[in-house]
Amino acid sequence: MSASPFPPGLAPATAPARPKLVVIGAGMASGRMLEHLLEAAPGRFDITLFNAEPRGNYNRLMLSPVLSGEKTYAEIVTHDDAWYAARGVTCRFGEAVTAIDRDRRTVRTARGDTPYDALVIATGSAPFILPVQGRDLPGVVTYRDLEDTEAMIATGVAGKDAVVIGGGLLGLEAAAGMAARGARVTVVHLMGHLMERQLDPAAGYLLQRDLERRGITVHCKGATKAILGTDRAEAVLLEDGTVYPADLVCMAVGIRPETRLATDAGLEVARGVMVDSTLRTSDPHIFALGECVEHDGQLFGLVAPLYDQAQVLAATLLGQEAAFAPVQTATKLKVTGCDLFSAGDFADAPDREDIVFRDPGRGIYKRLVLKDDRILGAVMYGDTADGSWFAGLMKDGTDIRATRDTLIFGPGAGKADPLAAVAALPDAAEICGCNGVSKGAIAGAVRGGACTLEAVRTCTKASASCGTCTGLVEQVMKLTLGDDFAAPAPAGMCKCTDHSHEDVRRLIKSMALKSIPAVMQELGWTTAGGCASCRPALNFYLLADWPLEYRDDRQSRFVNERNHANIQKDGTYSVVPRMWGGVTTPAELRAIADAAEKYDVPMVKVTGGQRIDLLGVRKEDLPRMWADLNAAGMVSGHAYSKGLRTVKTCVGTEFCRFGTQDSTGLGIRLEKLLWGTWTPHKVKLGVSGCPRNCAEATCKDVGIVCVESGYQVSVAGAAGMEVKATELIAAVPTEDEAVEITTAFIQLYREHARYLDRPYKWVPKVGLSWVIAQVVDDLPNRRALVARFEVSQSVYRRDPWAEHARPEERTKWGPMADLSLEAAE
Amino acid sequence: MNMIDIGPLSNIPREGARVVKTRLGCVAVFRTATDQVFALQDRCPHKGGPLSEGIVHGTHVTCPLHNRVFDLSTGLGEGEVPTYAARVEGGRVLIDSTLLSRSAA
Ligand code: SRM
Ligand SMILES: Cc1cc2nc3c(=O)[nH]c(=O)nc-3n(C[C@H](O)[C@H](O)[C@H](O)COP(=O)(O)OP(=O)(O)OC[C@H]3O[C@@H](n4cnc5c(N)ncnc54)[C@H](O)[C@@H]3O)c2cc1C
Ligand code: SF4
Ligand code: FES
Repeated sequence: MSASPFPPGLAPATAPARPKLVVIGAGMASGRMLEHLLEAAPGRFDITLFNAEPRGNYNRLMLSPVLSGEKTYAEIVTHDDAWYAARGVTCRFGEAVTAIDRDRRTVRTARGDTPYDALVIATGSAPFILPVQGRDLPGVVTYRDLEDTEAMIATGVAGKDAVVIGGGLLGLEAAAGMAARGARVTVVHLMGHLMERQLDPAAGYLLQRDLERRGITVHCKGATKAILGTDRAEAVLLEDGTVYPADLVCMAVGIRPETRLATDAGLEVARGVMVDSTLRTSDPHIFALGECVEHDGQLFGLVAPLYDQAQVLAATLLGQEAAFAPVQTATKLKVTGCDLFSAGDFADAPDREDIVFRDPGRGIYKRLVLKDDRILGAVMYGDTADGSWFAGLMKDGTDIRATRDTLIFGPGAGKADPLAAVAALPDAAEICGCNGVSKGAIAGAVRGGACTLEAVRTCTKASASCGTCTGLVEQVMKLTLGDDFAAPAPAGMCKCTDHSHEDVRRLIKSMALKSIPAVMQELGWTTAGGCASCRPALNFYLLADWPLEYRDDRQSRFVNERNHANIQKDGTYSVVPRMWGGVTTPAELRAIADAAEKYDVPMVKVTGGQRIDLLGVRKEDLPRMWADLNAAGMVSGHAYSKGLRTVKTCVGTEFCRFGTQDSTGLGIRLEKLLWGTWTPHKVKLGVSGCPRNCAEATCKDVGIVCVESGYQVSVAGAAGMEVKATELIAAVPTEDEAVEITTAFIQLYREHARYLDRPYKWVPKVGLSWVIAQVVDDLPNRRALVARFEVSQSVYRRDPWAEHARPEERTKWGPMADLSLEAAE
Repeated sequence: MNMIDIGPLSNIPREGARVVKTRLGCVAVFRTATDQVFALQDRCPHKGGPLSEGIVHGTHVTCPLHNRVFDLSTGLGEGEVPTYAARVEGGRVLIDSTLLSRSAA
């Protein structure tokens, strides 16, 4: 095929006239292409340049410094009027092309038609607008061109509230720019971490932390529901009910190739305008480049590959051989102080390996993805100095086998320090929660001569109570004493970390870590995403410690908790509705019977926990069955959860001739108070009306036995793999006190126990007397525990079934597709 | 290889899976934290556990019934699970179309 832009026979007939080259869009890609073309062959073409924006080409990347006030528009212009004039380019700025007539070979604008011999489409992309209510209100802008930037500046954002929807590159630059002008900025991001296409969760977490440090609020997993306001934007409402005030809303949720002209003209368009490696479209007279094109299934959003395209297209237009081949581009964020680097492919795959390096103290994270001894991808945060070195090794496909062990440290070298997390803590950080002892106090005692753990305990009280912080106290001693102190190595939670469960719990609090990636980064996890053992534990610790800030991570939960039903050996589920205190009604029994029939339940069984189990339910039937049970007033019995299971009761004073107190009523009261809570392991209660103990209360996690003088509260019993009687912690005269002590005990258990320890395993570790001191003797502490429990319950005391039974959720429970029904080819 | 479109990637949760019914039985289509997709028979070779309900970590899944771990791309672990070709294209998930045409084994 001819390399000339004009197919044989179609070259312009009028020889003396120069071929007419029309370019649609005066952006960064066409700007660079014109430079090459005019340099190589000035005057070869009669060029007309249309641009929808009322100006020529400027450096779009530099809009961010214009927004933040570091630069002016004049400083970022790349081609001014004089440049075009000197090269004889006819500029039609502020004039959008509205149609291409391929038969007549003309383009149309409001001012008439312009003929072409060769046409270049370089229309870039259009910002994607979320189809939410309020998107058209004044005060809602996108971030693409100078007009958008000026709109943000003109709002006079200082002291005002701005919300940026979208935590990608553009959104974050908009957020940082407005924050630099004094706005109170919130970034709402749909995904679990910022810039998820360029960064993995660990690097995303560090970025979020740095943005938060400069006063920007970041809300991940936030789905925008509507923009509120009457005459102009006033606030942004999220699906979860959160409302952020907003004088200005910037939507930066993504871009779409601007393909309208090409589509209307009947060119081949997939997601972008389809071009071959010479950048020709499906029409031999029409070429395209920039963000509007699709090449070999790929779209473009960064400028580097577009510059390569510009070079290729200039050559193609001049009849020279050239072919475009995209190369991996590295991403950087132009926000001062947020030092990140991402290049290549960092997706996990079985034939790939990770090398992860974290320096919690300096906030550094680096990850290399390797395959066959070659670097495939790199993500870095905090120290990106070696970024281009890695990018070079990646591009050249260098075999790194020989340098593998030290590769991650870059051309220089360093070493990971297991004590880094503790070393990074400020002196004021609390190490011992029970006695309020800080790192500084422990280090001080050690310097004052306390060289053994016993001595430190005696003079500071650190780890002298529940003892769960012992490992950390030893690490502080080790840091202070150096090699003179040999701390016994505690067993790590799992293969991903050397920190024990206890250390992790303590550090989550003292370092205010509020997400799984935060914990993994700050505590130096050696894997990029954890394992099936640490993820459920971390999820629990975080939701227990930060009930209001942390959001449950469903994918870190074991199947039963993720699906709110117990999986059976054949993949079906069992459904156990709550039966408060074991008491039911004819109406509830009827609804259970109806559900059993309607969904062909193979077995209906009375459980050992005083309620009814419907076994053998198909997953796709769960939401509808739940909706039916909800309609009869029933909620989840959490028979699947590490949380409150049952409160077993006996009939008590209501009916029994021996009953001393209303044990049934107390059981129901406790179940209504405690249901929905998540605990380190399951929790079961029993309340018996007299010492005959028909509710078997004395082998439960908490058992209450009613007596004439009041209530005996006992804890830490078991009747499973081990059988153990409970131990008495208090005898109190009133029901209110019994309830309060029970609640405080559950909260203490939630705050201190390691994941998967039942109370009968945990209490001996911290000592029964310590538990009694905390929840019985120390009244203000008991009340504080109850208050913290209530805060948590304000989030978690709600029926998960009702949530998943909503019609819009139901399809997620069935198969994604059913190919068994489709006709065979 | 012929591939068939089974729906948008966004229908599968990150670090999770969805099931596709086929004449060969259920197939579990997994999505990793970094948006790779893999298709495996949804039956653990141990006692038939639905792998689609396991916890996904990296490119591995832990069976929900007795915690055996399998590599998503090879299907290897303690035993072997059949795998099928799967990939993402333009935000859509495509899987091996022979799953559609083969009659029940
Ligand atoms: C349904 C039920 C048996 C029954 O038909 O009665 C039952 C069924 C299961 N029990 Fe249980 N336990 C049931 C009452 C008990 C009891 C009796 C009680 O609660 O009064 C005990 C002894 C009391 C105790 O917990 O200390 C009991 C001690 C266990 C244990 C041992 C716990 C331990 O710490 O030693 C396990 C294993 C575990 O949780 O790790 C277990 C685990 C299980 C699991 C969840 C096994 C599993 O992981 O799949 C079973 C789920 C079956 C299902 O799909 O529903 N089940 N299980 C009972 C449901 C009660 C309810 O209404 O919620
Ligand atoms: C704020 C911001 C920061 C960025 N930062 C970076 C960065 O740090 N690194 C990086 O690599 N990339 C960055 N980018 C992306 C980069 O700017 C783009 O990849 C690049 O500008 C795309 O070039 P283009 O020529 O394809 O499109 P554009 O530069 O968008 O040019 C297209 C032009 O076509 C015009 N047009 C559209 N339709 C018509 C029509 N029908 N008629 C006439 N004219 C039309 C438009 O008005 C526009 O002027 C950033 C982008 C923005 C908005
Ligand atoms: S005792 Fe519990 S765990 Fe064991 S088979 Fe019976 S229900 Fe299952
Ligand atoms: S069925 Fe999968 S591990 Fe037993």
